[in-house]
Amino acid sequence: MSNAYKDHLGRPIVAVTGMGVITSLGQGLEDNWTALTGGVSGIHKITRFPTEGLNTRISGMVDFIEVPAANSVERSYAMARETTLEALAQAGLSGDFNGPLFLAAPPIEPEWSARFELADRSPPSTQPGDAYNRFLAAMREKADPVFHEAVLFGAISERLADRFGTRGLPVTLSTACASGATAIQLGVEAIRQGRTDRALTVATDGSVSAEALIRFALLSALSTQNDPPEKASKPFTKDRDGFVIAEGAATLVLESLEAAVARGARVYGILKGCGEKADLFHRTRSSPDGGPAIATIRAALADAGIDEGGIGYINAHGTSTPENDKMEYLSMSAVFGEHLPSIPVSSNKSMIGHTLTAAGAVEAVFSIQTMLTGTLPPTINYQNPDPAIVLDVVPNVKRSQQVSAVLSNSFGFGGQNASLVMTAEPA
Amino acid sequence: MSKSANDVVITGVGIVTSQGVGVEPHVVLLSAAEPPVTRVETEKFKPYPVHPLPEIDWSQQIAKRGDQRQMENWQRLGVFAAGLALDDAGLKDNLDACGSMDMIVAAGGGERDINVDSLIVDEALKRNDREQVLNEKLTTELRPTLFLAQLSNLLAGNISIVHKVTGSSRTFMGEEAAGISAIETAFFRIKAGQSTHTLVGGAFSAERLDIMLMIEAIQGQATGDWHPIWSRKREDGGGMILGSVGAFLVLESRDYAEARGARIYATIDAIGSDRGSRTDGKLEARLADLAKPAEKLDPAQTVVFSGTSGFHDLVASEKAFLQTKLGEAPVRAYGGLVGHSIEAQFPAGLALAALALGHGAKVPAFDASFEKPMTAGARTAVVTTIGHSRGEGVAVLSAE
Repeated sequence: MSNAYKDHLGRPIVAVTGMGVITSLGQGLEDNWTALTGGVSGIHKITRFPTEGLNTRISGMVDFIEVPAANSVERSYAMARETTLEALAQAGLSGDFNGPLFLAAPPIEPEWSARFELADRSPPSTQPGDAYNRFLAAMREKADPVFHEAVLFGAISERLADRFGTRGLPVTLSTACASGATAIQLGVEAIRQGRTDRALTVATDGSVSAEALIRFALLSALSTQNDPPEKASKPFTKDRDGFVIAEGAATLVLESLEAAVARGARVYGILKGCGEKADLFHRTRSSPDGGPAIATIRAALADAGIDEGGIGYINAHGTSTPENDKMEYLSMSAVFGEHLPSIPVSSNKSMIGHTLTAAGAVEAVFSIQTMLTGTLPPTINYQNPDPAIVLDVVPNVKRSQQVSAVLSNSFGFGGQNASLVMTAEPA
Repeated sequence: MSKSANDVVITGVGIVTSQGVGVEPHVVLLSAAEPPVTRVETEKFKPYPVHPLPEIDWSQQIAKRGDQRQMENWQRLGVFAAGLALDDAGLKDNLDACGSMDMIVAAGGGERDINVDSLIVDEALKRNDREQVLNEKLTTELRPTLFLAQLSNLLAGNISIVHKVTGSSRTFMGEEAAGISAIETAFFRIKAGQSTHTLVGGAFSAERLDIMLMIEAIQGQATGDWHPIWSRKREDGGGMILGSVGAFLVLESRDYAEARGARIYATIDAIGSDRGSRTDGKLEARLADLAKPAEKLDPAQTVVFSGTSGFHDLVASEKAFLQTKLGEAPVRAYGGLVGHSIEAQFPAGLALAALALGHGAKVPAFDASFEKPMTAGARTAVVTTIGHSRGEGVAVLSAE
C-alpha cells in the first residue's frame, strides 16, 4: 500500500463514497440539504397517535414513508432500506455489497396494538396482573411468528443483510443517542483491521410511539413548548427546555481510500478519526466537569491526527436540553480554548429534532455535506442566546464558508460519548 | 500454537448460572467425575420449566443499595457478573485499568412492568378508545426509572457507574448474535491493537413472563418437566428451556496480560460468525466453514461446548454437524445444564471453556445419551452457538 493511502498511524485511510439520509425534512440528501440550509424546521404536531393529556405533543416524526404495517420495526427498516439504496447509488455500487453491515437500531418492544390484539384472543382475567399468563395461553393455542419476529432486535439487520448482500453476521448496536456514530466507528475499525475494504454503516430510528414519548417525558427530557412546533428546538438559547423527539435514518458507505480510488469511486469525505469515552457519573446526566466528553473529543482529534486548530466547524450534539448544551459548551471550551470563538458550531437538531439512534449518522452525513458545499447549516430559533454559552452558532441563517475538517459530537444516556472527525480530502 | 504478543487471552471469568455464583462452583462441576445435577423451577411459570438464578447477595458486587434499586434483575445480573469477571482478573477497583478498559455488552432489554401492562390491557378490553387508555395509564402508572431499567445500553451504563469501566462502552443487540458479535469484535480489536483489554459479555434473566412470551410466540418453550437437551420430545413443547445466566470475560492481549502478571485461562485462537438461509443445506455449509479452525484439533484433548438452543430442528442439525465435523471430540451442551440464555449464550460457552481449559478438566457428560466421556483433560475447546432464529458462531480456544 502506498503511503498516500495510509494515515498518520500507518492505518488504511477510510473514505466515504456514498451517503443517504431521511429526516422529517424529507427523503434524500438533496431535499434535506436544501431545507436544512434554508433554515426549515421539520418539527410538527404528532398525528400518529392521540396526544390529548400529554405534555409534549410535537415531534420530528417521519410520516411519509410507506410501511406494510404501522410498527417500529417496519418504519426503521423502511427508512434504513431507502437511505441505503440512496447511498449505494451514490457510491455506484450494485449487486451484493460483500462487506460487513453495522446497524444502529432502536431497542424494540412489542407495539401496544400487538398486545391489545393478543388480549382480544386471550382467555379472560382471573386475577389482577395476569395479562402475560393469558398471552402465553393464547400463544399455546396459536403461535404468532409475526409477533416473534417483530420483537427480535436482529430483525432489521437481517432484512438489510438479505436485501443488500452484506457479508457475515451483521452487528446491531445501541449506544443510545451516540449509536449512529458508534456504527460508523465500527465500520472504520473493521477497515483499519484490514478485514474488509468496505463497510456499510446504517443508523435508523422509527420508534416514536406514545410509550416512547411518555418515557422520555417522565425523565423531563422533552421540550413542552408545543406551540408553534417549529420553534421548540432551540439549542444554546436561554429558554431551551428539552429536546424534540424525532425519527430518521442515514447510511454511509465506507471504503478504504485505496479500494475507492482503485475502482474509480468519487470520494465525498474522509472518516479521519473516532473517539469515545464512557461516563460513570449518572444514568442520565453527564459528569459536571465534562471530563468524559472532553476525553471523547480529544480522543477523536488524536485518532485523526489533527490538533485543536485544525477543526473548521463543529456539528454539535446540541440537543436543546438545558444540561447537554451547557456540558457540550464546557467540553468544547476545555478542548479548543482560544480557538473556540473562531470555530462555527451549529446544531442540526434545531431543525430536525433529535433522531436518537440515527442522530450520529444523520449528522455525519450533514457534516460531510457541509464540507462538500462550503455551506454551514444554521442553528435556527436562536433568538435569545444563553449568555453562559458564548458560541458562534451560525445563528438562524446559513453561512458560506469553506471548511476542510469537521468535528461531530454525540452524547447519550448511559454515559455514552462518541465523536467523529471528518475531513474533505486526504491530508 | 505458537504464542504471540497480540494473542487474545482470557484472564477473567464472571459467571452466574442456576449452578451457582462465580468460578468456584463451575470449576467443581466441570471437574467432577459425576454428571452435574440440574436445577429447574417447574412450578412458578407452569407449564414452562426454567433454570432459575441461584441465591445471590447482590451487595457483593453492587455495593450501593441505590444502584441496586435503579436496575431490574437483568441489569443487576449483568453488573454482578461483570464485577465477578473484574475480580477474577484481579482488576476490580484498579481505576487505571478500568478507566482505560473497553467494554462490549450483548444486551436484550425491555423488561416490562407486568402489573402496569396488565392494568392497561384489562382497562383497554373494556373501552373503545384504547390509545387514550394508553396515554392515561402510561403517564400515571409508569415509574420513570423503569425506562432506564429497560434500556438495552443501560446494562453497560450501570457497569460504568458501579465498576468504573469507562474506556469505551458499546452495546450489541440481536439475540444470540449479539453475544457472538460482541466477543468476535472484542477479539479482532485486540488482535489489531485497537484495544489492550476489554470486558465483554452479557446477561439474561429468564424468570420473566415477557421474555417467555417472545419464545412461546413461535411455540418454542419446552413444557412440563425438564428433560436432557439432546432427547427432548415434540410432545413436550418446542424444546427450549430458558435459564438465567450472567457471563462476562476479561479479554487481554497477551502482552498486556503478561506485563501485569495476569493468570491466563486460555487463548482464543479463532472465532467466526455468519448468518443466512437455513434451508437446503446452507446452515450445514456455513457451520462447516466456521468449524474449519477446529479441524486440526486432537479430539482426545478437545471438549466441544455446544450452545444448542433445544429447538428440535436445530438440535438435529447441530447434532449432525458435530458428528460429521468434530466427530471424535466429546460434546457438552451447556444449555441443557443451565438453560438457554439468548444474548448470554455464547459468552457463557466461552466462560465454561475458559474454566475447563484453565483447569485441564475432564468434563463429565451433561447428557450421557449423546455425550461421550472424556479420556483426558481438555487442552483445546470449541464453542458453538446457533441462534434460535438466526446467527451462528464458533470459537476455538486452547489452554496455556
